Amino acid sequence: MYKSLAEAIRDAESRGVSLATVALEAEAADGGRTIADIRDALTRALHIMRGAITQGENPALRSESGLVGGDAAKMISGPPGPLAGTLFRDVLMRALAVQEVNACMGVIVAAPTAGGAGVLPAVLTGIALAKNIPDEKVVDALATAGLIGAVVAERASLSGAEGGCQAETGAAAGMAAGAAVEMLGGTPTQAGHATALAQQGTLGLVCDPLGGLVELPCVFRNATGAAIALAAIEMAMAGVTFAIPVDEVIDVMGEIGKSMDVRYRETAGGGLAATPTGRRLAKERLVQIKRAGG
Amino acid sequence: MVSLLDIIGPVMVGPSSSHTAGACRLGLLARCLVGGTPQSARIELHGSFARTGEGHGTDKAIAGGLMGFRPDDERLRVALDIMDREGLDYIFEKTTLGEDNDVHPNTVRITVTRDDRTAVMQGSSLGAGRVLVTQIDGYPVEVTGNLNTIVLVAEDVKGSVARIATLLADAELNIATLRLSRKQRGGDAFMVIELDEQPGEGVRDTIRALPWVRWAFRLDKVGAA
Repeated sequence: MYKSLAEAIRDAESRGVSLATVALEAEAADGGRTIADIRDALTRALHIMRGAITQGENPALRSESGLVGGDAAKMISGPPGPLAGTLFRDVLMRALAVQEVNACMGVIVAAPTAGGAGVLPAVLTGIALAKNIPDEKVVDALATAGLIGAVVAERASLSGAEGGCQAETGAAAGMAAGAAVEMLGGTPTQAGHATALAQQGTLGLVCDPLGGLVELPCVFRNATGAAIALAAIEMAMAGVTFAIPVDEVIDVMGEIGKSMDVRYRETAGGGLAATPTGRRLAKERLVQIKRAGG
Repeated sequence: MVSLLDIIGPVMVGPSSSHTAGACRLGLLARCLVGGTPQSARIELHGSFARTGEGHGTDKAIAGGLMGFRPDDERLRVALDIMDREGLDYIFEKTTLGEDNDVHPNTVRITVTRDDRTAVMQGSSLGAGRVLVTQIDGYPVEVTGNLNTIVLVAEDVKGSVARIATLLADAELNIATLRLSRKQRGGDAFMVIELDEQPGEGVRDTIRALPWVRWAFRLDKVGAA
């Protein structure tokens, strides 16, 4: 697999093919699986992503702690805001839905992780529905997203415990942005700019879940992560470029993660988890779970 | 090397790849030590597993793994109910298995009993669903569960490795990795053999029947793909 997005973009453009093509070829060469096999696995992932969104639309959904659930449903039947009826609102709904299902022990695709699993399905399936894009192209986009995620894993990190939320929902936003741009007909270079634009918008983002549970703010971080991805996609499609090359943006995300205090890396020792209300809620809800479990 | 399918996956029951998917895999591995669903189990949770395990469904995931459910099985959510219905006696305890620097924060010790067999396994969930079994029946091991594995303790006799290798070759099993260690010369030799194919119960029984083998376990592959 590629360790540099610049290299993947060069390879794709010199041959006049997509990032998805070079990603699938690299994966086939590494793992000894056929491209058809890999596409089958990605197609299954896409179906599971859609299944999670459907489950997440249920207004009665609640996590065991009761901290999250039912907010995706509000995006469907709640009062309108300035973006009512738009792709933007639908994408927010989808991101909340997947992450609520994750918090409720439903089946999701950890792409790139369970905690950041809402962004990619929300952005790709939301855009595909609005723009009538066939599944075959969404599967290609998943391959592109996988390539971007693999480069992030290699150069930086995809773990909140190692790099904060910038490495989970931030990386997911970068993956979704690059993949969606290619799905919409953008060039590999444009996809690279979209990834850089999304990732730069999440640099420094801490991982601070209440009580260490993948619930709050994780559910909402996925929605705002998807919003950042949409912003990056819109800018990149319009021809906006980002002066710092995408590989360097990814590298610096990793460096920031390494220098991040341990309180901000999934330990519930800082950030929202350590606010007075964060501590109180975690204490109350965790006690409640213990009682419920006998 | 990072695989594209590791990034777009695994498919799993939420909420946490380490506290849920990894915990389930540890349960699946412990189950292998007694060759099926244990009737009773003592599950000692350490560190972060003990602190945030319930909120992450770690208890359900381990119970589900012990019953043979995989990380993407929706029954994990109701695993404790199924456990009660099946009359299985699984007890969860919070404990300290060692100093913070020595023991991974997501560690569990599982004592499993099925019929007249009892085994003890200690393992950790390392993140992203990856696991590492570090002890079986008190012996230090390193088993990832990414491949089918045979773990055995044997007297340190000459030619033991050759004998086992021949036995596996005769069963048309290809050795991916083999690690051999012993505490002292002439002491017990510890073998961890990872295989490309899945060995049958028969192979394990043949190994067990060797007079110089003290015990042998077969651990099934529980990797993501």
